[in-house]
Amino acid sequence: MIEYVTSANFLFLIVKMVVIFGGVMTSLAYTTLLERRMMAFVQMRPGPNRVGPFGLLQPLADGLKFLFKEQTSPGNANLILYYLAPVVSLIPALLSFAVIPFGPSLTIAPDIGVSLLFIFAIASLGVYGIMLGGWASNSKYPLMGAVRSSAQMLSYELSLTLSVVGVLMIWNTLSLTSLVTSQSGTWFGFIPRWTILLQPFGFIVYVVSAVAETNRLPFDLAESEQELVAGWHTEYSGMKFAMFFLAEYANMVTVSALATIMFLGGWNGPSFGPDWLKMALPTFWFLAKVFVFIFFYILIRATIPRFRYDQLMAFGWKILLPVAVLNILVTSLVVALL
Amino acid sequence: MIQALFILFAGLALGAAINVLAQRHVLYSALSLIVMLASMSALFILLQAEFLAVINVIVYAGAIVVLFVFVIMLLNLPADEDGEDRMRWLKFVGIPMGLVLLGEIGATLWNVVGATPSEPQIEGTAEAIGRSLFTTYLLPFELTSLLILIALMGAVVFAKKDL
Repeated sequence: MIEYVTSANFLFLIVKMVVIFGGVMTSLAYTTLLERRMMAFVQMRPGPNRVGPFGLLQPLADGLKFLFKEQTSPGNANLILYYLAPVVSLIPALLSFAVIPFGPSLTIAPDIGVSLLFIFAIASLGVYGIMLGGWASNSKYPLMGAVRSSAQMLSYELSLTLSVVGVLMIWNTLSLTSLVTSQSGTWFGFIPRWTILLQPFGFIVYVVSAVAETNRLPFDLAESEQELVAGWHTEYSGMKFAMFFLAEYANMVTVSALATIMFLGGWNGPSFGPDWLKMALPTFWFLAKVFVFIFFYILIRATIPRFRYDQLMAFGWKILLPVAVLNILVTSLVVALL
Repeated sequence: MIQALFILFAGLALGAAINVLAQRHVLYSALSLIVMLASMSALFILLQAEFLAVINVIVYAGAIVVLFVFVIMLLNLPADEDGEDRMRWLKFVGIPMGLVLLGEIGATLWNVVGATPSEPQIEGTAEAIGRSLFTTYLLPFELTSLLILIALMGAVVFAKKDL
């Protein structure tokens, strides 16, 4: 034990944790700024641009404001569960980053053989935060929001999980690192070996259910302002609200990273230049691909109006799920015949 | 190290399991059940059965207990009130069955104690479990899926009053 704690491996692990955790937390804060600025540009408004150059210090100001706000709690709330709910939301959202390969050697826990399932397992626990928050607030709007949101997440989790089965059948692995390495190289010398070219339907189903799973527009029925004030976090303020908020953005980054790993070849990309550049490029390609997804999600939010609740349920169960199942059937047939 | 973790998670699992029964409020029972399932998964990981650990969380904690909590929230059930318990007769079934189970566990332990620990025969990987499910345990596996199909049909019949 003591030898392990003092070994270079352990030190390396700690450094990786600090780099990944710090990087992720900072990027989450800046994703909020990116979202506000981009939506403002799409809708021809300036957006938050006063704090620092181009509003770059806005996330810092937001954080300080959240920290120094008065901590209030509703009178008849169940206080234990009320304070537990944001924690239960945030911890699973951050735990997923432990197994995501940001580069060939930049993973906190690289040896887990079932890392993809690990992320799904952890992500399926995030719904408890929403449920407990809605229930413990002891208020009508949060309860309605929580009921809606959990029904939605349960429904879309199904098509989300089924949409990746085709990918797993093709590459024959559950480990995220081997998924990325199987997609290295090219077909015919110039087409990258990305799964999206083999699984276009799986990709579409995944992207759509991922938006619903993270409770974002056009699927943010859980917090639709016109009907439910703010949904399950109506009664939350200050840092407790910020934790729900961070969890939502962390989930968005996780589903984007998973999409990159499973469908867009992860860190694979052109490698050139001196050694230090070759070391850094894979992580750069990975982050760039993740960024494309986040960009796409923000654009969707800025342009598409919200679904109605019955439309949402019908879409999930009657369109997405059958497409995902058909995709599995056809893929398994092709894989078995080849 | 592993022994300390085992004691920690085994204790947590036992405590949470007792708490499921002891709580008056059904929501707290459901939440204790989640803690119990999570500690079970930790025990599976200590046994190097990572696939089982993950599947345990996905299926039970992530789906089944979510549905429990969902229904509890939807009906907004109050805490248990003292009064005539209509399920009283169940203890005449439950206690003998519990005793039988205890006896079985005791018998298993009796046989295991003293035996030299052998190398684990089944690996905890997804491949090994999949292979044994579709070869050695094919019949029980298919029968279970039939059982699930029947339950599904039952749910459809309940939901649709006139077919």
